[in-house]
Amino acid sequence: MSGHEEPAGGRDGRAETVSGGLGAGPARGGVAGAYEKAGAEGRAALVGYLPAGFPSVQGAIDVATEMVRAGCDVIEIGLPYSDPLMDGPTIQDAVHQALVGGVRISDVFRTVEAVAATGAPTLVMTYWNPVDRYGVDAFARDLRSAGGAGLITPDLAPEEAGDWLEAAETHDLDRIFLVALSSTDERIQKITGVCRGFVYAASLMGVTGARSVVDTGAARLVERTRKVISDRPPGAPRLPIGLGLGVGTGDQAAEVAGFADGVIVGSAFIRRLLDAPSEQAGLDAVRELTAELAEGVRRGR
Amino acid sequence: MTIDAARRDFAVPSESGHFGRFGGRFAPEALMAALDELTVEYATAKGDPKFQAELTDLLENYAGRPSPLTEAKRFGEHAGGVRILLKREDLNHTGSHKINNVLGQALLTRRMGKKRIIAETGAGQHGVATATAAALLGLECVVYMGEEDTVRQALNVARMRMLGAEVVSVKTGSRTLKDACNEAFRNWVSTVDGTHYCIGSTMGPHPFPMMVRDFQRIIGVETRRQVIDLTGSLPDAVVACVGGGSNAMGIFHAFIPDTDVKLYGFEAGGDGVGTGKHAATLVGGSVGVIHGMRTYLLQDEDGQTMETHSVSAGLDYPGVGPEHSWLHDTGRAVYREINDAEAMDAFSLLCRTEGIIPAIESAHALAGALKVGRELGADATVVVNLSGRGDKDMHTAAQWFGLMDEEAGAGR
Repeated sequence: MSGHEEPAGGRDGRAETVSGGLGAGPARGGVAGAYEKAGAEGRAALVGYLPAGFPSVQGAIDVATEMVRAGCDVIEIGLPYSDPLMDGPTIQDAVHQALVGGVRISDVFRTVEAVAATGAPTLVMTYWNPVDRYGVDAFARDLRSAGGAGLITPDLAPEEAGDWLEAAETHDLDRIFLVALSSTDERIQKITGVCRGFVYAASLMGVTGARSVVDTGAARLVERTRKVISDRPPGAPRLPIGLGLGVGTGDQAAEVAGFADGVIVGSAFIRRLLDAPSEQAGLDAVRELTAELAEGVRRGR
Repeated sequence: MTIDAARRDFAVPSESGHFGRFGGRFAPEALMAALDELTVEYATAKGDPKFQAELTDLLENYAGRPSPLTEAKRFGEHAGGVRILLKREDLNHTGSHKINNVLGQALLTRRMGKKRIIAETGAGQHGVATATAAALLGLECVVYMGEEDTVRQALNVARMRMLGAEVVSVKTGSRTLKDACNEAFRNWVSTVDGTHYCIGSTMGPHPFPMMVRDFQRIIGVETRRQVIDLTGSLPDAVVACVGGGSNAMGIFHAFIPDTDVKLYGFEAGGDGVGTGKHAATLVGGSVGVIHGMRTYLLQDEDGQTMETHSVSAGLDYPGVGPEHSWLHDTGRAVYREINDAEAMDAFSLLCRTEGIIPAIESAHALAGALKVGRELGADATVVVNLSGRGDKDMHTAAQWFGLMDEEAGAGR
């Protein structure tokens, strides 16, 4: 329904220019391209998160591939980390299972490679230490060769990101930083100034995990961020706003799609997988949820 | 190096919270506003005579400062006859140096108009100190403690509850101090508007390492004066245990410009650094990012935090304060490890030679002092920061030395 079955690389000519038109690896449209495509269809983009190695390395590849097939525009592959201090119990559980299962960084790249081959831009979401340890430039290089689109770095502020921004430039990768309800306009300006791909608006003050209601401050945060972006000097690239934390149903996706460019969902997928009695049941549940969310992001406009 | 040059060189951290390449702020964006607010509020309070007067009053008339400097003659005989002086932080109210920092942060909490204070704790000493200050100032208090530590430090759990604090037993990860920190950070992100996270050591994102050091600095300032009064000169060495590193930074800081004074930090060697079961971060670790700071930590080749081991709950932590990493890199302080058995031997020795029961954490410093004393020779003076008392450790010690009746020792 959204063209993801097309062969990799020939998917989105317009996005090629966005990312500078270098190379022709999988998902070269970059994340901004996926957002533009969704925008052109009059809807928000659907961004799905899943940690590598959960429920197993191959299992995560299968699930993420299913998420793309059922309507996710962008995939975030989580790099499982021993101390996920911004994650709630659901993602903690999944990540713990992945680590106990022995997942390594090489498995994360393998997962990215497989998912990016579907044509969906594939990001890695990671706490900073594993990248730091791997070597920032080496990580960027290997992510790029795996076909990855970039990094989401929830505990890396622009102030500490010098090496990463340089590596991202060298290897032509998107860099996605977070803005929060508590961010001042000055900080939003600083953060959006270094983002490429999209800016991740954290919709509530808290850790990851599905909530029954989307925080009322979320729309205000998106509005403030959009204002800061629109005040940027002419010629600055367009920067879409994805909203995450707490979204878990089609109705919530529709609500968020009413004011944000992208809807980011993580814990709700993992909840389905954790609750499923078998891998097949998990895949079915994820497909169902993706379809519900995909319908939501279309209904919201 | 002249004293002035040394003072200038050691005038860290930078405005961004960096001690050389260490420290900084690796925190979720949701906390940045609170960290900025805290930085400004602390700077203002630091220059406010009223705040300083209130803190000094509490330190003197509530916590019992200054703490004495006790000469440990009989203990010193076991260190080659070296003169050993104990800085008695164990005699502070609540039984450790932790109260110095907590009183400062609790006053700041009130100053910021926040009504709730949270803390992580390993051995329970920081938790007890925080619960104490919260009771004194009428603040709501929640303490996060690893499940394993709630067992080995059960007495401190009861103390915190007695003082009106809620103790949350953390059942994730290794169920020790590291995981208590994770859980405290998670809570803080969702409650930051009305809650202050009272970090208990010289660790975490800026401004914590600097602020906690400043609140603990009084240990070294007093010690320096007391040693000179007693001996007429500066000591040859200052020795402390290092987990996160607040008691060590507290006693080291005033001596940093005195470049003739050797500074030794002793980390928890557990079963021995060679066995992989230890918590000796500077001795056996590598540089990375943990709990909001760039510092040395114990990690595997993928950057995953490694499990640590120590008989001491308070030192059982895979990271270390960034200023220690910096002192380590510059060579101004020397860091070595003391294994479980060495620490417990020193624990027993101090009990029997001086009639002082030390915290197992502080026993690592005592064991270190025995080594340093033998190395320096009988003419030397060595100051040991006796950071806490060992009442809380009686259960562990009784088991270690086989002092339990069989029935009482069963069931663990």
